[in-house]
Amino acid sequence: MSTGYTPKLRLPLDKIERARHLAADIAQPVEDFIADHTTVTVERATLRLAGASGANSEGVPVPNIIVDQVRDKLENGALLPYVNALVRTGYTTQQLNEAIAGGLNISSLPLGEKAAISAKSQELVQSFAQKVSSQRQKRSDLQKEFGQGNHSPLLYVIVATGNIYEDVEQARSAACQGADVIAVIRTTAQSLLDYVPFGPTTEGFGGTYATQENFRIMREALDQEIPKQGRYIYLTNYASGLCMPEIAAMGAIERLDMMLNDSMYGILFRDINMYRTFVDQKFSRMINSYAGIIINTGEDNYLTTSDAVEKAYTVLASQFLNERFAYNAGLPARLMGLGHAFEMDPSITNGFLLEFAQALMAREIFPEAPLKYMPPTKWMTGNIFKGHVQDAMFNFISQATNQGIHLLGMMTEAIHTPFMMDRGLALENARYVMNNMKDLASEIEFNPNGIIVSRAHSVLDETLAFMEQLQQIGLMEAMERGLFAEIKRPRDMGKGLEGLQEKGPDYFNPFETFLKSELKLSE
Amino acid sequence: MIARPYGDTLDDGAVQLSFTLPIPEGAQGREAARQLVEKWNFDQVEIVHSHALSDKYSFYVAYAHTKVGIDMDSIQVEEATGETVYSMDESNEIIKAKIGRKLVIVGACTGSDAHTVGIDAIMNMKGYNHHFGLERYPEIEAYNLGAQVPNEKLIDYAEKVGADAILISQVVTQKDIHIKNLTEFIEILQARGLREKYIILVGGSRISNKLALELGFDGGFGKGTYADHVATFVIDRLLEKQQG
Repeated sequence: MSTGYTPKLRLPLDKIERARHLAADIAQPVEDFIADHTTVTVERATLRLAGASGANSEGVPVPNIIVDQVRDKLENGALLPYVNALVRTGYTTQQLNEAIAGGLNISSLPLGEKAAISAKSQELVQSFAQKVSSQRQKRSDLQKEFGQGNHSPLLYVIVATGNIYEDVEQARSAACQGADVIAVIRTTAQSLLDYVPFGPTTEGFGGTYATQENFRIMREALDQEIPKQGRYIYLTNYASGLCMPEIAAMGAIERLDMMLNDSMYGILFRDINMYRTFVDQKFSRMINSYAGIIINTGEDNYLTTSDAVEKAYTVLASQFLNERFAYNAGLPARLMGLGHAFEMDPSITNGFLLEFAQALMAREIFPEAPLKYMPPTKWMTGNIFKGHVQDAMFNFISQATNQGIHLLGMMTEAIHTPFMMDRGLALENARYVMNNMKDLASEIEFNPNGIIVSRAHSVLDETLAFMEQLQQIGLMEAMERGLFAEIKRPRDMGKGLEGLQEKGPDYFNPFETFLKSELKLSE
Repeated sequence: MIARPYGDTLDDGAVQLSFTLPIPEGAQGREAARQLVEKWNFDQVEIVHSHALSDKYSFYVAYAHTKVGIDMDSIQVEEATGETVYSMDESNEIIKAKIGRKLVIVGACTGSDAHTVGIDAIMNMKGYNHHFGLERYPEIEAYNLGAQVPNEKLIDYAEKVGADAILISQVVTQKDIHIKNLTEFIEILQARGLREKYIILVGGSRISNKLALELGFDGGFGKGTYADHVATFVIDRLLEKQQG
């Protein structure tokens, strides 16, 4: 989408470069902290990559049982005792998983030969690498065959019935109506669960549990739609909350294509401890990168609590930071679905121009990123007829500024999770608007002294000033003071802090080593 | 007066409907949709549009007419606030003049509900739609605890800051999860002997005053509520208590 595009806003390149420098400076102390730490969910994700799966009769997942068994020695990582148990018992991973679910405590097994453990670990890493690379290959083959049927921007809809089998019906219908991306919204409390439930689920509130089996069921259904629709159908879920890296691990194995995955969202909007989130996001992003999964960041959320005009700079600053943290985790720009949103008060005179300016600004500053553009939500009301028009305005800007991933607005946004017909009408609206004005972007130029150009320049200036301040006080301090989204988060508070663990000198994680080497990240 | 839907002529009873049926699109589907609307006691039914949502589902837009009317004299509304709603300035004046101390209001989105949009609209400084939130009121100390706050914690917090009123926002209402959560809140308050100590209010797009009263709350607020309505209710109720 960057090919042959000439920037129209005349944004000063030195300012953009300065912002990227600042982002690197701001991220560095956080990266230093991350390097020395692991968390219970990073360890459980590692176990999942190695093949730990299943649950005991009370529904406690095997990776959780293992981490609980070895919690007092977690500074060495949870993989060591698992691999040791495989070597000691001669079990396959599945046999060992069943034994652990049945009550075997692997922490009581004496540690065996280092060479045997190391060899077994490499075997598990190779088996993981094969699984993921065959999924990448399959995605790439399907995209080669059917990718030309996809829309640009990709049309992204959510399903959220709570029942995975009902979700499948809704997703098939959406695919039939032209959707490129299906996101299965998670049940409302899942982000705060410190485990990932096991098996298919049919009960959820405002969404459906993310489980590996649910991922598999939806992937299978969408794969059946791909040749029927002549379009690759992307599957999306949420690598966020307290189990960020585990969900990334499940997604890598089941060929999800996108993951909501923000470096700071959980801290601000779910009150998850900041140390925990920073450590978790890094490992989750390394997995996403290796699996070729596009991340979607959550900047749109800032504007649901803060004003979209006054606080536009927090969105751009967060995009720069998300970009830096993503680069640090090995993600290339083409996998960065940086987020932003159409959230201004519709009664503002020329508000459309301001939205246009910001969307185009994001496009020009992040030319290779498949930007994720979010629809109006805050100003949607029970007046569905007006809402449909608000969504049409949003659709227009998305096409006119070449956004990458377009989350469809629903006219019933303020009322309920979408009905099948709401989604159908939203897709019809987007396809109409976007097709009808397809190449407008290449037809228009902007008045260099006009509202649109001036707005983009002033947001960039405000962003720089804000980032200079962040660099001086530090990112964690800034979050403690409430500089993002007007939400204050003390660094020693928040959920999941007890799951943070300093790495010991003998920390053992060949999966992390493998990912770093594949992603060309320094140790 | 008997009121009927109005299309372009008084008492024509014209309505527009749209719905999905789990059947394939086609002539049979359209006829099924038409007869279905007739069965709902509409007449002059016209299916003006239909299209497929998949090979198994289809969408219909219908226009139809009803003879049913409603006697306006029989309609009673139970809004939490009456005709008079104080502006922010008026609220502050009344608090200063008649109560003589700052009011303390604690709010949260409770249970598993993660959607702060409602509580933020009422409480945050900025407010919503040009109506400032309670944090902006000089005579109100407002504490917005955010989302996914357990009922127990919210009550603890209200105790700690000596609240006059507790606001609960519930946005997610799928499978009546909000009813369970709100009922639990009341039960905890009663078990701790604190029910009468606070004015307790619930808000959300699917919340009505009637539902709130049934669940044991003092008032409920639905769509179109601003901080003004909530402040008015709390002030009036406190004044009643003073006089009582």
